[in-house]
Amino acid sequence: MDRSSHPRSRRFAPVIALTAAAALTLAGCSSSSGGKKSEEGAANASAGKATTPRMTVALVTHQAPGDTFWDTVRKGAEAAAAKDNIKLVYSADPNAGNQANLVQNAIDQKVDGIAVTLAKPDALKGVIGKAEKAGIPVVGLNSGLSEWKQLNLLEFFGQDESVAGEAFGKKLNEVGAKNVLCVMQEQGNVGLTQRCDGVAKTFEGKVDPQNVNGTDMPAVKSTITAKLKQDPSIDYVVTLGAPFALTAVQSVADAGSKAKVATFDLNKDLIKAIKAGDIQFAVDQQPYLQGYLAVDGLWLYKNNGNYSGGGEQPVLTGPAFVDKSNVDRIGEFAAKGTR
Amino acid sequence: MSMTQQAAPAVDTPPAPGQKQSDGRTRQRPLALRLLARPEVGVFLGAVAVLVFFLFAAPPVRDGSSMANILYQSSTIGIMALPVALLMIGGEFDLSAGVAVITSALTASMLSYQLTLNVWVGVIVALIVSLAIGAFNGWLLVKTGLPSFLVTLGTFLILQGVNLAITKLVTGNVATDDISDMDGFAQAQKLFASTFEVGGVNVKITVVWWLAFAALATWVLLRTKYGNWIFAVGGNKHSARAVGVPVTFTKISLFMLVGFGAWFVGMHQLFSFNTVQSGEGVGQELIYIAAAVIGGCLLTGGYGSAIGPVFGAFMFGMVQQGIVYAGWNPDWFKAFLGVMLLGAVLINLWVQRTATRR
Repeated sequence: MDRSSHPRSRRFAPVIALTAAAALTLAGCSSSSGGKKSEEGAANASAGKATTPRMTVALVTHQAPGDTFWDTVRKGAEAAAAKDNIKLVYSADPNAGNQANLVQNAIDQKVDGIAVTLAKPDALKGVIGKAEKAGIPVVGLNSGLSEWKQLNLLEFFGQDESVAGEAFGKKLNEVGAKNVLCVMQEQGNVGLTQRCDGVAKTFEGKVDPQNVNGTDMPAVKSTITAKLKQDPSIDYVVTLGAPFALTAVQSVADAGSKAKVATFDLNKDLIKAIKAGDIQFAVDQQPYLQGYLAVDGLWLYKNNGNYSGGGEQPVLTGPAFVDKSNVDRIGEFAAKGTR
Repeated sequence: MSMTQQAAPAVDTPPAPGQKQSDGRTRQRPLALRLLARPEVGVFLGAVAVLVFFLFAAPPVRDGSSMANILYQSSTIGIMALPVALLMIGGEFDLSAGVAVITSALTASMLSYQLTLNVWVGVIVALIVSLAIGAFNGWLLVKTGLPSFLVTLGTFLILQGVNLAITKLVTGNVATDDISDMDGFAQAQKLFASTFEVGGVNVKITVVWWLAFAALATWVLLRTKYGNWIFAVGGNKHSARAVGVPVTFTKISLFMLVGFGAWFVGMHQLFSFNTVQSGEGVGQELIYIAAAVIGGCLLTGGYGSAIGPVFGAFMFGMVQQGIVYAGWNPDWFKAFLGVMLLGAVLINLWVQRTATRR
C-alpha cells in the first residue's frame, strides 16, 4: 500500500507479531461453555453393508445452494448408499433447464438408477423419457406428487404439500388459532403456495399470506414485525421453513405481539426452540427419509424387483408433527443433523 | 467530471483552512439551487415523499415502534451502503459485498465453535479475514488494471462457493452451529445486536452505528485529505496520480473499508440470529449498490456523498416495510418495490437536472 519500499524483514515484522499474538490469544481464550467440545460424544449410527454388486445412483435435485433442508435429504441418500454398496452421485440446480442437463449427464454416465425431484415436471419430461429409453430406472422424490405417474416413474417418495397444509390447518383449529400469518420465503414457489393454500382450506379462521426475502434474514425479521404491527389480531405466525420460524420468534418479541409461532420443516435449532416453548409445533416431511428411501428403493428394484408403494401409490414421508410431546426423542437425531 | 467532483464536496461547507475559494460562478446562483445541486438533496426529497406517502397510506407507520423497525431494516442495508458508496465515489464497485457479509459471519461462528474459543477470537479473526478479502480485491484490481466488475464478480463467485463448501466441510451441515451459549457471546451481542429504549420505543443498536458511521464518512469525505483523494481517484485516476494522490493506497483502502462494513453487518447477523446459513447474502450486493446510486452516487465515480446513501437505504427500508404496513397484496410486493424505487430515482434525476441547469 505504501509506495516506498521497505526491507523485507520490516515488512514482515508486523505479520509475525500478529501471528504470535493470535496464537497467544487462541491459547488463552477458550470458551468454557458450548462449542464443539460439548457437542462431541454424539456418535453416528453405523450399520452393516450389503454384499450386492456395486451400483451407481444419481440423485438430481433442484436444491438452491446452502439450504439446510436439502442437506438432510442428501445425508439420507448417502446413508442408504453406504449401506447398499452404492456409489452416489449428487448434483443439483434450482434452474429447471440446468437440472434437466444434470439428468442427461447422469444418463451419459450410464448410472444404474436416477432419483430426481420434479419441481418443474414439464422441463424434465423429455430427459426422463430418454433415461427410460436407455433402460435406467427413475424414481421421484420430494416434489412432483401429482406428475410422477404421468412421467412413468417407478416410485415416488415425498410429502403431499396440500395434505401437509391441510393437516397443519386442522392442527391450528385444535390449538384455537383465529388469525394466521403465512410467511413465504420464496415468491412464486409452487410447493410453498400449496402449503399456504392447504392451511387456508382446512383452517376455520383467517389466513394472510406474506412474502419475505428469504436470502436476507434482517429483512425477514423486520417484515414479519411490520406485518404483526399492521394487523395486531394475528395470533399465529406460520413459517414454511425452519430458519424463518426462529426469526419469526424474534419478530413477535419485537412487535410486542402475543402471536405464537409454528412451522413447516425442522432443523436442530428448531428442536431447541420447541423444547423451550418458543415454537409450538413443526410439521416434518422427513427429508432424510426421502433421500434414503429414494436410493434404497432403486436398490430394492435392481436387486429384488420390488416396487415401493406398489408402483401405484406414492410413499408419503409426511406430515409428521413434532411438538413438546415427542421433541425429546427427535431432538437426539436432529442434533446429528439427520432430522 | 473534474468540475463536478470539485463542486461536490465544497458547496455548502466552509472552505478547508488554507484553501480559500471564492468562485464567482457559484456565488451568483441562488441558495435554493445551490442546495439542490448537492448529491443528496434529490434522494432526501424522495425519501420525504415516500415517508409522507406511507404515513398517509399505512396508519401503523405513524407508531414510533414501526419507525424503529423501518430504521432497523434501513440500517442493515445502510451500514454496507456507506463503504459501497465511498468505493463508488472512488470509481469502483464491489459485487462481492453481499456474500462477504456471510463469509465474515461464518468465519467468526465456525472458528469459535469448532475450537471452542471465546467468541471474541472469532470476531477478531473474522475482521482480519474481511479486511484481507477487501485488500485482495483492491490489490488484484490495481495490479491487473481489470475493471472492478470482473475482479469482484470473480471474488463474488469464489466466496459463494467457499462459504458453502467450507461450512459443509467443517460443520457437516450447511448452517453453522448455535454459539449463543458460548463465552463472550453476550458481550459481543451488546455491541453488535442489542436493543435500547428511547421513550418507550425499542431501537436497535445498528441504527446508532449506522448514523455514527455516516457522520464519520461525511467528515472524512468533506474535511480530510483522504476524502479529497477519494473524489480524485474516482474522477480521473491518471490526473489524480499526476498531482500526487496515492491512487493504489486509496483504492485498496476503499475496498478494505467495504470489508470492514461486511464484517460489521456479518457480526450483527451472527449475534442476532445465533447461527448463519451459508447460502445467504446473494443479491444483497445489488441492494447496497442501489442504495448508493439512489443516494446520488454516480456509477462512473467522482461524484456523490456519504449522507445520500443514508437516505437511499432509508428509502429502501421504508418502501420494503411500508408495503407490509399498508397491508397490500403480497403478490405485488416486488413490483411495488421496483416501481417506487424507479420513481425515486426519477425524482432524484429531475431535481438534479433542474438544479444544475444554467
